[in-house]
Amino acid sequence: MSIKYTEDHEWIKVEGDSAIVGITHHAQDALGDVVFVDLPEVGKTFAQKDVAGVVESVKAAADVYMPISGEVTEVNEALRDDPSLANSDPLGAGWFFKVKFSDAAQLDALLDETAYTTFTKAA
Amino acid sequence: MSAADANLLTTPLNALHLELGARMVPFAGYSMPVQYPAGLMAEHHHTRTAAGLFDVSHMGQLRLVGPDAAAAFESLMPVDVIGLAVGKQRYGLLLNDEGGIIDDLMFVNRGEDLFVIVNGACKVGDIAHIQAKIGQRCQVIPAPERALLALQGPQAVTALARLLPGVEQLVFMTGAAFEWQGAAFYVTRSGYTGEDGFEISLPNEQAEAFARALLAQPEVQPIGLGARNSLRLEVGLCLYGNDIDTGTTPVEAGLNWAIQKVRRSGGARAGGFPGAAKVLAQLDGTAPPARKRVGLIALQRVPVREHVELQSADGQKIGEVTSGLLGPTIDQPVAMGYVSAEYAATGTRLNALVRGKPVPMEVTATPFVPTRYHRG
Repeated sequence: MSIKYTEDHEWIKVEGDSAIVGITHHAQDALGDVVFVDLPEVGKTFAQKDVAGVVESVKAAADVYMPISGEVTEVNEALRDDPSLANSDPLGAGWFFKVKFSDAAQLDALLDETAYTTFTKAA
Repeated sequence: MSAADANLLTTPLNALHLELGARMVPFAGYSMPVQYPAGLMAEHHHTRTAAGLFDVSHMGQLRLVGPDAAAAFESLMPVDVIGLAVGKQRYGLLLNDEGGIIDDLMFVNRGEDLFVIVNGACKVGDIAHIQAKIGQRCQVIPAPERALLALQGPQAVTALARLLPGVEQLVFMTGAAFEWQGAAFYVTRSGYTGEDGFEISLPNEQAEAFARALLAQPEVQPIGLGARNSLRLEVGLCLYGNDIDTGTTPVEAGLNWAIQKVRRSGGARAGGFPGAAKVLAQLDGTAPPARKRVGLIALQRVPVREHVELQSADGQKIGEVTSGLLGPTIDQPVAMGYVSAEYAATGTRLNALVRGKPVPMEVTATPFVPTRYHRG
């Protein structure tokens, strides 16, 4: 399964009935040096588009939205300790959390890489 | 993106900013560089360790000319203007009739004039205010034909002295005229970062060539507005519009040091400025202010930003943050804000309400990072 994207600049990578979520390369570039992340509680359930976390650089703070409804099963403790991972490896070591999703159909409405790239260039 | 679309003014360095890969944002009606490719953090550290070049050409420059200029300007500010020696620079505050701050500014006595630098976002209003209040007593001459550069950091003097020999003889808060390729420059040893450094007023036509000459020095890198903000906040300097405005008085803002004794109660030229009755009563303790600006350090590694509510331990609202970020040099979340006077003492613990959660903070003396001015 390939990676999907939201218009709020999260990426979501599906693995079975779970997905890994992070912020995009474009998002971390726009924010600049990330110095703080607020991650959701494991076990907490969110609806799609709920605010699930916060990412902050020196100059700005941005909400991280849940790309898909579901329950948070794991958060990236390494990112909490070293928020700059969101800059250096946003699609890898800088992931934010894992979610067990409840409605796979929500994935269909998310952007593929081509559509997301077009979206960021139009913004 | 939006910066290019909007109907914004540009500084003489606009083409250079774009060539350097700056990210441009709207600021004070101008398209300004918020950061260069190195990024805010690297730019901040570079300024604290070497030398950073800032384009501050959006700021307002003006001259007050005439034998009565100093006395006239003094009637607008709680500051000793008449007593300022030639070649010296001072911090000033334009006040309204309620003692609120219309703008903060820097001025130099150049002998033939008073040279004034005001905030970019306030300059149109400032010039109108000054013209209306004292335009009959002296000439008020805006200088839109001049750019303003700041070179800040411990190696600024080394870099600048190669281009303008003699600047090394200036000390903090003094200024002098220099010439570069036949053009008239005016340089002060001052700035907005807490570091040693200079501000350079020069003709628009020379600005890009001189900026390129500075950037060719091995110590110098370009620095955007983002790092300018983190640098100033770490040394506790106010940002007009955030930390001070028309609703705050100099005493509430903790700027008592800017009011020289001669203008205070009992001084030879006490009062005689807008809002004097209120400001002097706050200053001499007959009517102390109900709130004060304080420095704050968070005791958890959570940035606390402007407009965050401050609460006492029992959950009462006691104030609000006006500026805050994770200070790159101190490597802790720092902030300033206004609190009820009874919570203003250094060491007081209070809570900032960040996304509904209390973050403990401690009232801390500023600067958070020691200043390193060259006092000679």
